[in-house]
Order: sequence, then structure tokens, then C-alpha cells
Amino acid sequence: MGQHDGKTHPDLLSIWRDPRLYQIVSLSALLLYGLLWLHFEVSPWQITITLGTALLTQYAGTRFFSLPAFDPKTPLISALSLCLLLRTDQLPVVALASFLAIAGKFVIRWNDKHVFNPTNLALAVVLTSGLGWMSPGQWGQVAWFGFLIACLGGLVVTRAARADVTVAFLVFYVGLLIVRALWLGDPLTIPLHQIESGALLIFAFFMISDPKTTPDSRTGRIVYALLVTMAALYVQFGLFRPNGPLWGLIACAPFVPLIDYVLPGSRYDWSKPSTGRGCVAHSHT
Amino acid sequence: MKRISATAFTLLIGLLAWNGDASAFCGFYVAKADTKLFNKASEVTIARHDNKTVITMANDFKGDVKEFAMVVPVPTILEKDQIHIGEAAVLKHLADYSAPRLVEYFDENPCRRYELFQDKMGALKNTAPASAELKRERDRALGVTIKAQYTVGEYDILILSAKESTGLETWLSENGYKIPNGASAILQSYLKQHMNFFVAKINLGEQAKLGLSHLRPLQIAFESPKFMLPIRLGTVNADGGQELFIYFLTKQGRVETTNYRTIRLPEAQEIPVYVKDRFGDFYKDLFTQQVRREDERGVFLEYAWDMNWCDPCAANPLSTEELRSLGVFWQETNGRIGKGMPMAQNVFLTRLHVRYDAAHFPEDLIFQETTDRSNFQARYILRHPWNGTDDCPAATAYRQQLRERQEKEAQALANLTGWQISEIRKSMGLASGPLIEGKKWYERLWNN
Repeated sequence: MGQHDGKTHPDLLSIWRDPRLYQIVSLSALLLYGLLWLHFEVSPWQITITLGTALLTQYAGTRFFSLPAFDPKTPLISALSLCLLLRTDQLPVVALASFLAIAGKFVIRWNDKHVFNPTNLALAVVLTSGLGWMSPGQWGQVAWFGFLIACLGGLVVTRAARADVTVAFLVFYVGLLIVRALWLGDPLTIPLHQIESGALLIFAFFMISDPKTTPDSRTGRIVYALLVTMAALYVQFGLFRPNGPLWGLIACAPFVPLIDYVLPGSRYDWSKPSTGRGCVAHSHT
Repeated sequence: MKRISATAFTLLIGLLAWNGDASAFCGFYVAKADTKLFNKASEVTIARHDNKTVITMANDFKGDVKEFAMVVPVPTILEKDQIHIGEAAVLKHLADYSAPRLVEYFDENPCRRYELFQDKMGALKNTAPASAELKRERDRALGVTIKAQYTVGEYDILILSAKESTGLETWLSENGYKIPNGASAILQSYLKQHMNFFVAKINLGEQAKLGLSHLRPLQIAFESPKFMLPIRLGTVNADGGQELFIYFLTKQGRVETTNYRTIRLPEAQEIPVYVKDRFGDFYKDLFTQQVRREDERGVFLEYAWDMNWCDPCAANPLSTEELRSLGVFWQETNGRIGKGMPMAQNVFLTRLHVRYDAAHFPEDLIFQETTDRSNFQARYILRHPWNGTDDCPAATAYRQQLRERQEKEAQALANLTGWQISEIRKSMGLASGPLIEGKKWYERLWNN
């Protein structure tokens, strides 16, 4: 696991071990590909406003809540995810979404952890209020496959300590889609087509895996992944609405404190990635 | 026993070319692309708001009406009042209104500013569509419930459901419906998803009484959270891609597919003037080229516009009554604005065009309504050069730029349609490539 000398300046190795750098690079690459090849309907203004608002909100939050240091990495990941997923005609909505994402992290907290994944919260609010939409069909096969490789590579390169929730979710979700297809007598091309969504990958690798919002123990995280999967599939095939995983996650997030209470584990620190076993580390947002 | 072919959601419509006059301030509308250009093209209109859905299925079945039958999976059991006969003319109006269009501009005399206007309409030649012949197949056990049976207009309608996964196919076969190989598994899948089947045949007696020579569109109204179009049955026995045009009438905004990429057709490009006489070929080849570019997996947006207006108009917007007949139930009646133009409030039209087959479209089309109200149209521009003989420095510069512009137009056309650039240059009367590029930069520099 990453070295940490306990001072305010982590050493070089732990900086490079921080999976967030790798995440920022892969999200940026996907956004660039989307803009240039897939013609995503995202204007340069939307990107600028999303990134700018997220960073400003993070900075303001850092000052207001007297956190030790301003860290731009987490808000950048949230903002890049918003650029990839959120579509709207109005720039104020872009700013609002970005603000909500980051502000929610500071305000909606329970037991020193934020409850909702920032991107997830912002998307849920904007979609519910009808101010914007997501285009779950916007990804081509090439982008999807490339991004999948990048995401899997990211797990290996950064030795992400909490990949368990991602893997568990993907196994449950893909497994149940295949079971459904077999039950219906559908060809397997249908579940394969259903998982061919960049949004699903962003969800599995960047949203549900957010160590700040997942349960602390490994068992807790696997239970959580199963809950989210069931909720996602219900939205998709019971309510016939798109973006099932997104709604599944927002519905299940409030149960995390309960899972933590029943299945306790250690808190996550970005500079000291851990699986949640062993000694309890203290963290800051 | 009479043989009836089940054209499972392979609906066909024929549209005649429209030839009224229309003009608009950003270029002159000169031609539109007819949906009839495509063989095996189906047209479906979906009006939807708050889960309340009205689907209009157009029909241009050309064969013996005794052979006509249609099997459509539907999410609910339909009462007789939920089935209606529509007017083909309204659908044609909608298709015309939203068709890809050609507009033209005329260059001014660069020496003497005067305006040259010409307003011409070009109608397209139609190609006759052909229906897909579906093969017959034997069966397994029964277990089918006829939930309802109605005669509506010239149609005999059955609403079938089957609790058991088998039986429907046999029932259909025994009742004279030709079910293609491979349809059984799909029927089973739909049944397990609690879908019923809407089956329509022609009632010959009623048809004779009505004295109709063509089949009118069938409309169904139902309430369901499922916002989808079943295309899988149509892919079972199809040879090659099938063409489908879907028109959405919604309150909020543009509709897109959630499980396939929805892509805007390239638009607002300047293309050579000679395309005016070949607009049908141009649009067909452009579409094929775009389909290929998206690896045959794309759904294409051809039109997205507020029903209040259009610019340029390929046809006038639909009247409140016409929209109502297509299922727009949420609109206030009798709204009118100036110039006697009928005004439709809160109706947004989305036109999607998809070429699908089983390999590239394994799943039914699933849609969502977005809050996007930005306008889009597939519009292509012709720019007529000024052919005057006046001589002045401006004219010399104009002629130089014109050659460059025409070369660009040729390349744009080749890029859009995949046509041979040499053929395009020949049709435009341009010399071959390098000569068109004009003088080299250093030749221009010293004016040699």
C-alpha cells in the first residue's frame, strides 16, 4: 500500500499511487474522444463552466470548513463525469449541477462521510427537475471498448484498494442481465448490447466505487453493490426508465450509514488506499 | 386454405410528391426528399405525453389485400375504442413537413449589386416499395387466448395473449398467418415480458363496402410506461436492412433512442448545383454513407422542430386538427396566429430514420423524451454562381474564389455521399483536381 510519512506533504510515490490522477486522465481522454469523434453535444462553455464551478465550490468549501488543503482532484473527477453525462440547453443549469455536486459533498454528511456521490446527486436533481437529460445511447462500440480497457487498466496500475465494489457491481449487474436474457430465451447479443454503455462504465468505475460514499467494510460494499444492482434493474425493467444504475445508486446511498453500523470497517484516506481492514485511519474530504 | 403473409411491423407507406410553393428568408426551399425513395420503408407516428401513447402505423401494402396481415406486440390489451383508423393524407403531410430539404441561393453580380430571385420547386421521382415476403413455418403446442376481436374499418383485429410461452406461433400458423423461422423465440420473449399481440387482417366484405383501393393507417391508443418500438419480429426474415421512419409528437422536446446512438445527419453543407435534379439519389446515398460510417448501428435525427413554424418550410406545419388526428391529445384546440397559419401549441416533432437488421439492432428501440427544444433540420444548400460577363477587379476575385468554392462543394458532395470525386467534377463541368486548385500560392503572389 502507499507510503505516507504522516506529514502534510505526502511523498512522491503516494502521489502517483493516488488513483484519482489516472481517473482524471482517462475521463479527459474519453471526453476528448466524445467531442471529436462522437460529436457529443457539449460546448466548450459547458466544459469551462462545469470545471470552473466545481473547483470554485471546492475551494470555497475548503475555506469555509477550514480543511487543511485545497485538493482539486476530486472535484475535477466529478466535473469531468458531469461533462460526459449531463446534457442541457442552458448554461446556468450546468453551473447549478456542478455547484450541487460539490456543495452536496460538504453539506449532506453523516458520521464524517458524505452520503451521495457528487456526480450522482447533481444528475439526479437536474433530471428530476427536467432541466436537463442524459443520453445513455451516445456511446459507440469503439469508445466503450477503449474506455473499458482504460478503466480495467486503471484498476491494475493504481492497485485501487476498493475495486471490490466495482467488480461486485459488474458481476451482479452483467450476471443478472444474462440470466434475464436466458430466461426470456433472448440471444446473448441483447445483454451484451445492454452493457455497451459508457455511462455504465463511468458509473461502475467512478461513481459507485467512490470510497468516500461506499461502506467501510468489504462485506458491506458487496452487499451495497447487490442492493444498487437490484434497484438499477428494477428501474430499467420494472419502471421502464433509462439510467437505472444512476437511480439505483441515489436510492441506496442513504443505506450506507446503516451498513457501516452493522458491518463496521476503517475509513478511507485517498493518500493511504486501504480495503477497510486493519487500523482505523482518519480522513479529510 | 388462404395464405396470408404476416408482415410483422413491416409497414409500408407511399407518399406522393408535394408541389406547393414555399419560400423562406434563409434561402429558397427547392426540394425535399421523399420517404418513398427507400424500399421496404415503414412509417410510424408516436404521439406521447405522460405515458399516454398513440401509435399510427402507416400502410402501403401493394400486394393482394387478402395476403395482408400485421402482427404487432403491444404492452396492454386494447379495447375497441382504443383502435382507430387514421388518414394517410395527414401522415403524408407530416412526412413532407419534416423531410430533408434543399435550399438555393444566387450569387450577386460582384460588380453591380442587384438581386436575382428565382423560386422553383422540384419534385422527386418515386420508386415503388416492395414488401418483404415472409416464410412459413410449423409449430408447437397451443395455449393462446383471444382477448378481444373487433372489426374496425376495413380491418379485422385480434388481441392475442398467451400465458404459456408456446402456442402463439402454432395458432398463427393454423389461422393462416405465415410466421417466419426464428420468430418463435422472439414471440416467447415478448410474452414473458407481458406483451400482447395486436393482429390485423383485412375484412374483405368491409373493404368492398367502403370501396377503398388502399389500406388506411391503423392507430392504437394505450397507456404504458414502455416507450419503445418493437422491431425484432421485423428483422427475423428480412433480407438486408429495413428502413423505418419514426415521427414523434411530444410536449416537452426532442426524442432520442436510449439504447442506440442517435446521430444528427450532416446538414447545412454547400453542395454542387446539379444535385438539384438528383436530390433523391443524393439523399439516399448520403443516408447509406452515414449508416456505413456509424457501423450500421446508428439512429439518425432528420428533423427536430417546434410544430409552430418551419424555416424553410418543406410543407406548412400541421393544423391543430391534423395533429389531433395523429394523437396529440394535450393541445388546446383552435389556436391560430397571423396569415391564417394554423398554430400548434406545445407540440415538438422529432423525425428519426433508422436502417436496421438483426445483426446490428439486436434489441427493440427504446426511447426517451428530452427537454431539448433546439431546432434541427437536414438542410442542404445550393449556391448558384453569378454568370455575368461584367469585368471589374471584384469580378476577377469572385471568379477565382468561385473555382475554389466549387471544388470544395465537389469534395463535400463526395464526402457526404461516397460518390466518385472525378464523376462529380465531370458533372459540374470542372477540370480535374489539381487544375481546379488554382494557381500555386507563389504564382498568385507575383501574379504570373
